[in-house]
Amino acid sequence: MSATQELEFRDAIRDAMSEEMRRDKRVMLMGEEVAEYNGAYKVSRGMLDEFGPRRIIDTPISESGFAGMAIGAAMLGLRPVVEFMSWSFSLVAADPILNNAPKMLFMSGGQFGCPIVFRGNDGAGGQLGSTHSWSVEGLFSNVPGIKIVIPSTPADAKGLMKTAIRDDDPVFFLESERLLGMKGEVPVGEDVLVKFGQACVRREGTDCTIASWGRPVHFCMEAAEALAKEGISCEVLDLRTIRPLDIGAIERSVRKTSNLVIVDQSWSFGSPGSEVAAQIHQRCFDDLDNHVHRVHTEDVPAPYAFNLEQEYLPNTRKICEAVRSATYNA
Amino acid sequence: MATPTTDGKPSHDVHGGLPIPRRAANRPVPSAELLRGWYRELVLIREFEIRCMQAYQDKKIGGFCHVYIGQEAVAVGCVAALKPQDPLVTAYRDHGHALARGMTARACMAEMFGRVDGCAKGKGGSMHMFDREHNLFGGHGIVGAQTPLGAGLAFATKYEDEVINNGKSSRVTLCFLGDGALNQGAFHEALNLAGLMNLPVIFVVENNGYSMGTSIHRGTTQSHDLSSKALGYGIDSAVIDGMNLLEVYHGMKDVVEKCRRESRPAFVDMRCYRYKGHSMSDPRKYRTRDEEELWEQGDPIGIFEKFILDQGAITHDQIKALQKEVKAEVRDAVDFADNSPVPPMSDLYHDVYREPWGRYTGTSEPRMYGGAVNPPTFRATREGDGLI
Ligand SMILES: Cc1ncc(C[n+]2csc(CCOP(=O)(O)OP(=O)(O)O)c2C)c(N)n1
Ligand SMILES: [Mg+2]
Repeated sequence: MSATQELEFRDAIRDAMSEEMRRDKRVMLMGEEVAEYNGAYKVSRGMLDEFGPRRIIDTPISESGFAGMAIGAAMLGLRPVVEFMSWSFSLVAADPILNNAPKMLFMSGGQFGCPIVFRGNDGAGGQLGSTHSWSVEGLFSNVPGIKIVIPSTPADAKGLMKTAIRDDDPVFFLESERLLGMKGEVPVGEDVLVKFGQACVRREGTDCTIASWGRPVHFCMEAAEALAKEGISCEVLDLRTIRPLDIGAIERSVRKTSNLVIVDQSWSFGSPGSEVAAQIHQRCFDDLDNHVHRVHTEDVPAPYAFNLEQEYLPNTRKICEAVRSATYNA
Repeated sequence: MATPTTDGKPSHDVHGGLPIPRRAANRPVPSAELLRGWYRELVLIREFEIRCMQAYQDKKIGGFCHVYIGQEAVAVGCVAALKPQDPLVTAYRDHGHALARGMTARACMAEMFGRVDGCAKGKGGSMHMFDREHNLFGGHGIVGAQTPLGAGLAFATKYEDEVINNGKSSRVTLCFLGDGALNQGAFHEALNLAGLMNLPVIFVVENNGYSMGTSIHRGTTQSHDLSSKALGYGIDSAVIDGMNLLEVYHGMKDVVEKCRRESRPAFVDMRCYRYKGHSMSDPRKYRTRDEEELWEQGDPIGIFEKFILDQGAITHDQIKALQKEVKAEVRDAVDFADNSPVPPMSDLYHDVYREPWGRYTGTSEPRMYGGAVNPPTFRATREGDGLI
C-alpha cells in the first residue's frame, strides 16, 4: 500500500487539479471566483498564487459564454477544467455543454475531440430552494458522449479528478457541497488514479445489495449499520461513475444477495436509478427475490423549508424501509 | 477617476463611472406625509435585514441569505415612482423589494424561517419571494433569469391593454438586476427583444460595484458607461444616484413616465453600494475597510433623515417614535415567524401541478419510501373516479 495523507474533500480536488496542472501546461482552470476569491467554496484555494492569472482565470457570470469558450479551447487542444459554482447554474449553459461538447467528436467524424472537465456543486441539502438544488445527473446521464463522475470520498475525488483531466472526452464531475469539508485518507502520489467505470464495495453483505453514488452512499452506510442490528446484512456498492456504469459489479452482487435497492439523489423518472433498475431486471431476472427497489428524491421541486427538504431527499430512514421491504422484512 | 458621492466627496473608485446627474434640487418637494412614509420604509428594511442576519446566525434561517443593507433607497424610491398595478420582478437580493412593495414583515420573515405563513408557504425561501397581491413576480435565484421574464411581463401588460382590451398600453414593468447579471446571455437577449418589440419594461441595474468578489471593472466591459450596453439595443438610459432616495424617486419618475407614455423600454444604471457581504459567509477580502467607510458616510438613511429634518417634515421625537415602532414591528415579525408552524409534510406534494388529475402523488414508482405523503398511487386519476 502506498502512503496516505489526511485531506479535506475540497483539497483533494484541488490537489488533483494542481498536480495535473504541474504535469501539463495545457491544463487550466476557469470559472466564477476561482482565482482571487479562491473559489466560492474554496476548492481552488491557493491555485492563483501558484499558477498565476493566465492559468487560473476568473470569469464574469457568463456560464454559456465561458463554457462555450472552454469547449472551443478544448477542440484546439487545451485541456480546460471549468468550475460551475453550482451545477444548477450550468443550465444556462445547456447548449454548449449538452449540444456541443458531447457531440463534437461524433459529428466531426472523429476529427475534433473535447478533452474538458466541467465540475462543481451538485445536489440539494443546504436549503437553497428550487433553483439551486439540482442533481443534474438525472438530466445529463441521458446524453451520450458525456462521462459522469460522482465521488463520495476524498480519495476518490482526487483519483477520479486526475483521471477526468487526463481523459480525452468531456467529463462532468459532480461534487456535493455537503461533503466538501469531509476528511479522509488520500493516497499520496502523482499517478494514483481511480479508473472510471469501476464500482467499489464499501461494505460486504449477503442479504441485499444497496447501490448508490455520491453523497447518498454515506446514508447507505448508516442504513446498513442500522439494518445489521436487525439481522439484515447489506452490501453497499459505490458506483463512483454513472457513465460509464459498472453494471457488472451490481450484477455480481445481486447474484449473491438476490435483492437490490438503488439510492439515487435525482428524481426518479428517467434517472440513473431507473436505468440501473431496468438493466438489472434484464440481467438478473431469475436471481432476484423481489423487484428492484428505488429510493429517490421526492418527485417535486426542491422545497426551502428545512423539514420539507429533509423529507425530500433520500435519507437513512427511507433506505432502511426500502431494504426491509425488498427483503420481506417490512 | 473618482465617483462623487451624494455629499459631493470623492469616494473610492468603485463604479469607475461617469458623473451622476442631479435632478432632485429643482423639483417640488413631496408632501411631508409621503416623505415620512418613505423614511419609515427605509428604516423598516434596514431593521428587517439586521434581524435577518441575527436569525441567520441563530440558524433560524437557512440556505443563502443576501441582505439589502445600503441599497434601501433604491427599492423604496423605485416603488414610489410606480403604480401598484405595475409589475415588478427582481433577483435574489429581494427582501427590500418585497417590503417596499407592501408585503408584510411577518409574511417575509416567516418565509425566511421556512414556515407555512411565509409568502410562499415556506417553499421559496430568501431568494424566491413572490407576492401576487402586490404584483411582485419574484425574487429569482439564477443570475439574469428575471430579465427575460421582465420583458415577458411587459409584453403581457401591453398585450392585455392593447390587444384584449383595445386600449392604450398603461402599465410599465420594473425589472431589477445586479451588475453581475449584465454578463448573462439572457440579459442581452431580453434587451434586444424589449427594444425590438417596444416593450414597456425598465431594466434597473442595481450597480453596487460588485458581483460577489468581482468588482464591476473586472467582470464587465464599459463599466464606466453602462449606457453603452443599452445603446446597442436602441434603448435609452439614465444614471441615477441610488444612495439618495429623492434622486431615485425623481430620476425614476422621469423614466417611468416616459416608458409609460411611449411604451418603450429603458435602462437605468443605479449606482449604489452594498454595505454587507454578498451573503452571510463573505469575509469581503476583495475590498478595503476604507472604501466601506467612505460609502457608509453616504448612508441612504442618514442622507434622507437629514433632508426631512431640514425640511421640517419630521421632528427628532417623531423619528425616535418611528424607530421604536419599526423595531417592534420587526420583533413581532420574528416572533410571528418563530411561532408559525413548519409546513406539513403533505405540502411537499402540493403546488407541483394545478392538480388537473386530482392530487399529485408522484410518478411511476411502485412505492415511495417516504411517508412524506400517504403511499402514492400511480395511475393519473381524475378526481371522483374512485381510483385513489
Ligand atoms: C447563472 C448563475 N451563476 C452564478 C450564480 C451564483 N451567484 C449568485 S449571486 C452572484 C453574484 C451576482 O452579483 P450581482 O448581479 O452584481 O448582484 P448583487 O449580489 O450585487 O446584488 C453569483 C455569481 C447564480 N445564482 N446564477
Ligand atoms: Mg452587484
